[in-house]
Amino acid sequence: MPSALPQGDPAPSSGELPPSALEGLGTRPFGVYVHVPFCAARCGYCDFNTYTPGELGSSASPESWLEGFKHELSLAARVLGSAPPVETVFIGGGTPSLLGVSGLSEVLDGVRSTFGLAEGAEVTTESNPESTSPEFFAGLREAGYNRISLGMQSAASHVLKILDRKHTAGRAVAAAREARAAGIEHVNLDLIYGTPGETDSDLKATLEAVLSAGVDHVSAYALIVEEGTALARRISRGELPAPDDDVLADRYEMIDDMLGGAGMRWYEVSNWARDVAAECRHNLGYWLGGDWWGFGPGAHSHVGGVRWWNVKHPARYASVLASGASPAAGRETLTPAEAQSERVLLEIRLAQGMPLSALPSPSEASRAAADGLLSPEALAEGRCVLTRRGRLLADALVHRLLA
Amino acid sequence: MSSFADKTFTSPELIRNFCIIAHIDHGKSTLADRMLQLTGVVEERAMRAQYLDRMDIERERGITIKAQNVRLPWKVGDTEHVLHLIDTPGHVDFTYEVSRALEACEGAILLVDAAQGIEAQTLANLYLALENDLTIIPVLNKIDLPAAEPDKYAAELAHIIGCEPEEVLRVSAKTGFGVSELLDAAVRLIPAPTGDSDAPPRAMIFDSVYDTYRGVVTYIRVMDGKITPRQRIKMMSTGATHELLEVGIVSPDPKASVGLGVGEVGYLITGVKDVRQSKVGDTVTSEKRGATEALRGYREPQPMVYAGLYPMDGSDYPELREALDKLQLNDAALTYEPETSAALGFGFRCGFLGLLHLEITRDRLEREFGLDLISTAPNVVFRVEMEDGTEHIVTNPSDWPEGKIADIHEPITKCTIISPAEYVGAIMELCQSRRGQLGGMEYLSADRTELRYTMPLAEIIYDFFDALKSRTRGYASLDYEESGEQASQMVKVDILLQGEPVDAFSAIVHRDAAYGYGTRMTSKLRELIPRQQFEVPIQAAIGSRVIARENIRAIRKDVLAKCYGGDITRKRKLLEKQKEGKKRMKMVGRVEVPQEAFVAALSTDEAGDKKSKK
Repeated sequence: MPSALPQGDPAPSSGELPPSALEGLGTRPFGVYVHVPFCAARCGYCDFNTYTPGELGSSASPESWLEGFKHELSLAARVLGSAPPVETVFIGGGTPSLLGVSGLSEVLDGVRSTFGLAEGAEVTTESNPESTSPEFFAGLREAGYNRISLGMQSAASHVLKILDRKHTAGRAVAAAREARAAGIEHVNLDLIYGTPGETDSDLKATLEAVLSAGVDHVSAYALIVEEGTALARRISRGELPAPDDDVLADRYEMIDDMLGGAGMRWYEVSNWARDVAAECRHNLGYWLGGDWWGFGPGAHSHVGGVRWWNVKHPARYASVLASGASPAAGRETLTPAEAQSERVLLEIRLAQGMPLSALPSPSEASRAAADGLLSPEALAEGRCVLTRRGRLLADALVHRLLA
Repeated sequence: MSSFADKTFTSPELIRNFCIIAHIDHGKSTLADRMLQLTGVVEERAMRAQYLDRMDIERERGITIKAQNVRLPWKVGDTEHVLHLIDTPGHVDFTYEVSRALEACEGAILLVDAAQGIEAQTLANLYLALENDLTIIPVLNKIDLPAAEPDKYAAELAHIIGCEPEEVLRVSAKTGFGVSELLDAAVRLIPAPTGDSDAPPRAMIFDSVYDTYRGVVTYIRVMDGKITPRQRIKMMSTGATHELLEVGIVSPDPKASVGLGVGEVGYLITGVKDVRQSKVGDTVTSEKRGATEALRGYREPQPMVYAGLYPMDGSDYPELREALDKLQLNDAALTYEPETSAALGFGFRCGFLGLLHLEITRDRLEREFGLDLISTAPNVVFRVEMEDGTEHIVTNPSDWPEGKIADIHEPITKCTIISPAEYVGAIMELCQSRRGQLGGMEYLSADRTELRYTMPLAEIIYDFFDALKSRTRGYASLDYEESGEQASQMVKVDILLQGEPVDAFSAIVHRDAAYGYGTRMTSKLRELIPRQQFEVPIQAAIGSRVIARENIRAIRKDVLAKCYGGDITRKRKLLEKQKEGKKRMKMVGRVEVPQEAFVAALSTDEAGDKKSKK
């Protein structure tokens, strides 16, 4: 079951943005996110906005989605006026690789012809290892993609089974090698840790496999049991144990140790990169308050302090756009207090930290440093940077810093 | 409906005053309903089930808290009699009110469930009735039940009150079987009231109820002389005088009358607004040419159990005060004083007659006034003598005196426990662990036993009843009455979080139980308090001596994985929601303690915990 959309104000059907939001457009990095809401099957842990062919029936298809996407591109061009060239493109899902090379090429061509791509733009697509091949990667490279993010999750087959992942344990690593061989500049492997049944040695083997694949980026997310998912039901029925926070903390430290030992550095709580060039610029845009337009059903956008989100269902998405209206389901204009909360919430997650001056009061930061959650050295230089213990307690720390 | 009984000043020899002594669920209210119907004062159609029990809580708990009374016409042959049925409160905490109601009667119907036999509560009230020289009519109810064993329980009743088993009447209040015969027996067996109708008036108050529209309604039984409207009356305990606005009878709705004569039961309205100006047990006389000697047995209500009541939401404090003010209009035994707790904020230290009185009051505050409350663990009143000769009356652990203590006195009770014989061992073990001293044991029948104990009240108010029920599968019944005080080795146990004492968790316990209390509270709190960003030691201490210790390890991870596809809004809203949640946290030093932890830690239902998690 996909998760619910936030509550917000109604969005105008024209999609029009207030002049204040458009002010300064182009002085901040501008990104494009494209949401591909299709999967061959739903994984038991997933609450993303994605649909299987069985769920959609004849109400929507990749073709109707692509049609809608093109309408939304024109809408975005109209709303933004003289939009700057795009610095980052990120195709996520869902399973974008289900669109195939031709579909993904068409998507990127649309973005390029609407906004133009900035010099050295980062262009990423997510892919499921089982729907890739050397030809697929070569085709993407040809189309202009220079970054691939592969959903590996784990190298242990029993963990993949609990997560309902269809690929075999070795396939993700092979796909990563194929992507590199095809000339894709940056390759990321996504991991999930703390899945019921995963052991320390499963995780160790997974990390060894990741390091052997020669990728320059790793994202590792603790398994979150989302309400309404099949996994949540299995746990509430007692069929599977719930992830234990202390175990998750141990695993996180193990990941950080092994990746760090292999020369990868954390730059965001859940992200490690070989060097600065390997960091995901698109995601940095989210954390640093950049502008981006999210295309596709359920996608979220942010331009100059206005956030909005599209209707979730692909059929509704396509029909609203076909009628010439904006697919936005709701929006909010951030108040200064909300903007401050968000800034702290997001920027604190980065290794570069955030200036102490962004906090309402600096005294709690000193106490947090005394509790071992913020680096005292960074604090002396006027920045809040999480210690490793602090990274694991970032949410509660944000509470304290904003209290 | 009107009847000959509507006219007052009935000749005393035609009056019979009686009450029904029964255990919860043994059918007292049903029997009273049937009497109302048979005597024709209530039509069947208008019959509200269990007419005499008015309050919702009473209905739910199946007990009568405030007594009601009713005047019934009943003919035996051609003679018209007036029966006054006086309803008695049905619980242990209201023994004094029961004793006053019994004082208003010449007879009592001892009503016992033919499938269950007599219970401790009933037995205690029976003894009270016998002390008051009441004529007892033993009756078995529910004889139509398949599980009824009338022969067995008739023998048991006969044994207890010293009559023949054949003299025990058998009725079914539900079907009405035997109820007419019972009313006839009441006329035949219960003595008529006696008194001097020419003497200055003396009437005993056996109940007093606040009514929103009429003010205080005072129920009286006239002993001597007569009470008439337009007379000025005097309360003999205080000397306060009032104008009489109305004198009347209840049948079962109030009806104004021309007055009440010797032996008659009815009500007075004086326009006062507070039941404490019209106290149960007091004597009413006339202002002019009044009686000089009050009726015997009056006593001021004395709180036996104290607890702090705090609003869950601190801003509800004024509402709580208002609600207590209102309840007190109708409850002369309820006392309260503002108190402040470092952990719980502003609240009231309230005094109650007993544990049930506490629970009912709390229930009513929550239900009738919509308040969300935390109550501290109840405690009894301690009298502490210091070596320097000063004395402290302690109703709150926070007021426990510092310095050299010479002697500590605690209230004790006389307990009666009735149980199937097979549980005697378990009961003795329990009572022993609660510092009980066996006073005697008797077989009521071959398989039912009565145990008498002397036990500190402090032990009874701490989950004793639950423990007794769980060890006897609910078969044992308990009654207790206060019985003076004894010197005891009590200590104050403090609970500390990160070195800070939490006043709401302090308790006065017997020296031998201190360690148990300390370990129980520290381990409970370890479960209840969420892990914090730092380690939190929990200690139990007597003075500066730590007797138990637990540790809440620091939390290691809480960070959420990821912001889905740029859905920042959801994450921020989650943060805002969590912030709201924090408002329900109480800060103890730097430690955040959820309200629920206070509620759970202060609940005494360990026995109940094991049985059922709600």
